Amino acid sequence: MTEIDAPSGEKIEFWRWREYHRVLTGNGWTSKDTITAGVDVGSVSSKASIMVNGQAYSWGVTRTGSNSPDSAKKALGLALDGTGLQVSDLKYIVGTGYGRVNVPMANKAITEIACHAKGANYIWGSSVRTVLDVGGQDIKAIRVDEAGRVVSFLMNDKCAAGTGRGMEVFADLLKIPVEEIGETSLKVVEEPPPVSCTCVAFAKTEAIGLLRKGWSKEKVLAAYTRAMAVRMANLIYSLGLEKELVITGGQSKNIGIVTRIEAALGVKCLPMPNWKDHGLDPMVAGAFGAALFAKALYEKSRKINGG
Amino acid sequence: MITAGMDLGTQTIKVVILKDNVVLSRERCFSGFDPAEAAKQALNGALKEANLNLTDLHHSVATGSNMELAPHANSTVSMLSADAKAGTHLFPEARTIIDVGAEEARAVKCDEKGIMLDFVVNERCAAGAGAFIEAMARALEVKLEEMGPLSLKAERASSINASCVIFGESDVVSLIHQRESKAEIARAIFDALAERIASMVQMLGVNPDIVLVGGVAKDVGFVASLSRKLSVKLLVPDYPDFAGALGAALIASSRARSLQK
Repeated sequence: MTEIDAPSGEKIEFWRWREYHRVLTGNGWTSKDTITAGVDVGSVSSKASIMVNGQAYSWGVTRTGSNSPDSAKKALGLALDGTGLQVSDLKYIVGTGYGRVNVPMANKAITEIACHAKGANYIWGSSVRTVLDVGGQDIKAIRVDEAGRVVSFLMNDKCAAGTGRGMEVFADLLKIPVEEIGETSLKVVEEPPPVSCTCVAFAKTEAIGLLRKGWSKEKVLAAYTRAMAVRMANLIYSLGLEKELVITGGQSKNIGIVTRIEAALGVKCLPMPNWKDHGLDPMVAGAFGAALFAKALYEKSRKINGG
Repeated sequence: MITAGMDLGTQTIKVVILKDNVVLSRERCFSGFDPAEAAKQALNGALKEANLNLTDLHHSVATGSNMELAPHANSTVSMLSADAKAGTHLFPEARTIIDVGAEEARAVKCDEKGIMLDFVVNERCAAGAGAFIEAMARALEVKLEEMGPLSLKAERASSINASCVIFGESDVVSLIHQRESKAEIARAIFDALAERIASMVQMLGVNPDIVLVGGVAKDVGFVASLSRKLSVKLLVPDYPDFAGALGAALIASSRARSLQK
């Protein structure tokens, strides 16, 4: 996996995570293959994946900038990097995510709920029934069937509690790199009580008070992470908990959140794929789903056109 | 009959001293790190201004989110009841009292006797209280007290799609990047909070007369936005931030009277 370092600045930005791309080695492509792409422009990160005949081949993850089309291009550029493919080789592209209507190269836009359901089914298989997608600015609990189709869903939007954006705020406040906050939150001897209010603005004030009282950063982070995990567990309860459970989106990489959701629900999630090595990346689930929809739409259009 | 009302809010403490239901003095201070000590000083300040001693008080009632920390309180009362009492005392025709504080907002529906019939509260989300304006003013780099007058200069309504302080900050920054004027952004900020409060009030039904109290009621920008959203004229008393303390002091009077009987 190639990692692109954050630009060096005079101020350390603890919220900033590394952008990256990855090509699964051992797979190749020929011009006869059905090569499709999914581009998921989220509020915080943009992801793109390229699939060859419905199998993941490469992906890229970048921070979403102020302009959705540019972020989509950058993510797709990262996914194409090192594959020898050009945008013109892509037979069909589906855009998804918060900025899906602003993906200029996309042939069609599909909601991220459908794409995450499909993507989770692709990553973990047909036993998945509940998908918790924890994104940059909202949280969705999705009930799926054995084919990865959406049965029902619940979402919490327009509130930063538990989202990736809320975690970035805490990373900055506690001066802990955002990629380490999960591990750091688990470095407590005893789990402290959760912060009393999940509102990130109030939790921030409460956290400052706890730091003044002499709490360690780890303990404060544990109290905040726990409150967020309880909130997400409640969303799953409202939808109805049905096994197997998986977590997608950026927060799926936050081991502090995942561990505490499992504890709150008394249920283990399906094992996380080893995305740093050869496994599929749960943060890219929406883009995988979109690339699979792209394949299906491409094949349908060929049938209609008699091809 | 001399009574005191003490409102220990999340950000400020307000004290009102009454003689036969007429205000003798008012005192306000920041809650700070030690609300109990701050409340003591505010009470002493108010008594001094009225030329009274602690022993002159027949009864004192505390309210507000830190009411249990109040010094020398004979009893406590909920913020909702204090708001209902003060609102109907100031405006006898009042049927709805809206209280927007630093970290909480409430709306109370009451009958002609000032008895509470129904209420709605927001205490879990900073986007539905004064904290929202404070955070957005910081993002906009405008002093809090200048936000209201600035917003009244806006020539048109722009909007921020924020019902969260954290996302609101990003929205304000993107409006700045789009070269929207500070006046328009300030108005958008008040409109966003007013939208939240209006939807809370609408859960009770919009029953005039509607009284607006709490620290945020001092902000002309917010009053203008909320009147527009609710399409009614809002009654704002003098010293709207003292309404909770006034209500507590009025309740202290009636409690003292019934104790005397």
